[in-house]
Amino acid sequence: MRVTVKLFATFRKGRFDTEVREVPPGTTVSNVVDGMRLPGSVGIIFVNSRHAVPSHELSDGDTLAIFPFVGGG
Amino acid sequence: MDKILRVDMGAEGGPTFRVEPVGEFAGLGGRAMTTAIISREVHPLCHPLGAENKLVIAPGSLSGTAASMSGRISVGCKSPLTGGIKESNAGGQAAQVLARLGYAAIVLEGKPESDDLYKIFINKDGVEVSVDNSLKNLPNYPLVEKLKGQYSDRAAYMTIGTAGEMKLLAASIACTDPEKRPTRHCGRGGTGAVMGAKRVKAIILDDTGLKMRPPKDPEKFRDANRRFVEGLRKHPITGEGLPAYGTNVLTNVLNEAGAYPTNNFRTGRFENAAKISGEVQAELEVKRGGIATHGCHRGCVIQCSVVYVDKDGKYVTKQPEYETVWAHGGNCGIDDLDVIARLDFLDDNFGVDTMDTGAAVGVAMEAGLIPFGDGAGAIRLVEEIGKGTPLGRILGCGAEVTGKVFGVERVPVVKGQAMAAYDPRSVMGIGVTYATTTQGADHTAGYSVGPNVLKSGGDLDPLKPEGQVEMSRNLQIATAAVDSTGMCLFIAFPLLDQPETFQALLDMIGAFHGITLTGDDVTALGKSILKMERDFNTRAGFTKHHDRLPRFFLKEPIPPHNVTFQVTDEDLDKVFNW
Repeated sequence: MRVTVKLFATFRKGRFDTEVREVPPGTTVSNVVDGMRLPGSVGIIFVNSRHAVPSHELSDGDTLAIFPFVGGG
Repeated sequence: MDKILRVDMGAEGGPTFRVEPVGEFAGLGGRAMTTAIISREVHPLCHPLGAENKLVIAPGSLSGTAASMSGRISVGCKSPLTGGIKESNAGGQAAQVLARLGYAAIVLEGKPESDDLYKIFINKDGVEVSVDNSLKNLPNYPLVEKLKGQYSDRAAYMTIGTAGEMKLLAASIACTDPEKRPTRHCGRGGTGAVMGAKRVKAIILDDTGLKMRPPKDPEKFRDANRRFVEGLRKHPITGEGLPAYGTNVLTNVLNEAGAYPTNNFRTGRFENAAKISGEVQAELEVKRGGIATHGCHRGCVIQCSVVYVDKDGKYVTKQPEYETVWAHGGNCGIDDLDVIARLDFLDDNFGVDTMDTGAAVGVAMEAGLIPFGDGAGAIRLVEEIGKGTPLGRILGCGAEVTGKVFGVERVPVVKGQAMAAYDPRSVMGIGVTYATTTQGADHTAGYSVGPNVLKSGGDLDPLKPEGQVEMSRNLQIATAAVDSTGMCLFIAFPLLDQPETFQALLDMIGAFHGITLTGDDVTALGKSILKMERDFNTRAGFTKHHDRLPRFFLKEPIPPHNVTFQVTDEDLDKVFNW
């Protein structure tokens, strides 16, 4: 199945902004994150604009957005 | 900080001043001080621009010390924008300098009969209040440029631009940064209009010959400050995200969350958000050779600010903050960072709040004055404010006045003050704060965006009402206390996530005063401030019916989540039950 992965802030450096990936059914957010060796902890995860946990199982057509901890205001 | 300067601008024969012992206000700083004086001394039914109102300027209780991040200055009054009590704070140099001069507060009282314009100069030798009509009609940048030739290099300036002189309801008070640029503003609630009504154009603070305020227990203080800074540096938000990208790192986050108010709160997602995001902004700034990390005041270790330059490397403005990029950007359908930077400069120069001004432009777009996305049109509209045309005066009075004049229903304000860059339908926690804070819609009064969206300081579902009242209550209490210390509110991220950093701050305050401070003391301080503010607002005529969002937030679902604000009125009325 296909999922769109989006990276933000420091996670983009040396990687990508947006990438469409082919992943096997049953792939979780963790599976995607673990393969990328991101610098620092993952702070915020959205799947289709809703907050998700690392164990969340992705579905075909999902958009996964991954942020480090960021803040401002 | 053992004295208070009171300047009677309305005294017969011209302004007079007196320096009093701090007396009953001893130990208070920042918001605790401004709120205590306003609530005790200002008639709640007074006209905010009349002689009965007072403008109180107070450094934080830790300002002027070696404590990192302690450079916030609070300004308080009865707000001409909201009609309630107001505390608006800013960075820049003023807090540190005023605190070293030993003043716990400056109180501007009365108003002159004549049309003369005044400046107030304060240094170690005393106070000078003088007429300077050559400053009339000067915007903030040329004003500070003209003044700084006349004073010591160490001076800090608090000024009003043309908007303040015109007493526009969104007028700000500018504070100069370490490079003496008028870039840090007490923006919210029209404090600049109150200073303008008192005919004070500039306050010049010079701490030449003075030293940092010494702590009672220097060794403990130094150790606590070290642990405090360590905590800020190791937290990913204050140690990495903010220095690298500034506050605008939030554009992509809120847009991904579907909570980014777009085209005057019509949708929660802006298709061109990426173009004005912090990531793109930082890349552009580095490419153009601007200064990539910069502190708004000396002693800041987060350094979230930046100097924004144009394609030729020429100074435009300080890095527009997230709320400004949103207000003038996505909120108006504008996706050009250079346009937004120009608008930020114009706001700072004329001296208006970027949020209420951006929201007013969004409402004007809704009314059809110019289309959404029209950057050149937005610049023209904001230039009208500087010119003082009838249209400019309307816009410079903020979103609510603009909505009334142009017959717009969708006006995102509470108690007359514009909301910030988070839609309260898709971040319900911030909706509770917007609705109930004493300040009018103010995201900083209880930043529930942290636990709702950023997953800092807790974890709540932003699309559900559960837990939001309690979270907003606790944050409003904590914020009122932090706003009294002079500390930048960004310390709240590590404070809430790292108990040892919170303890370091308690130890630092304790060591400064030679006391032992606990978390309960902080909570008690926060509650006492909110209680005074609520009491003032009640006496000014506010009821629970003012603690509500505009009805369209309850009636119009916002895409992409198609939700309305779901916290009930009964629950909103529980925020201050503790």
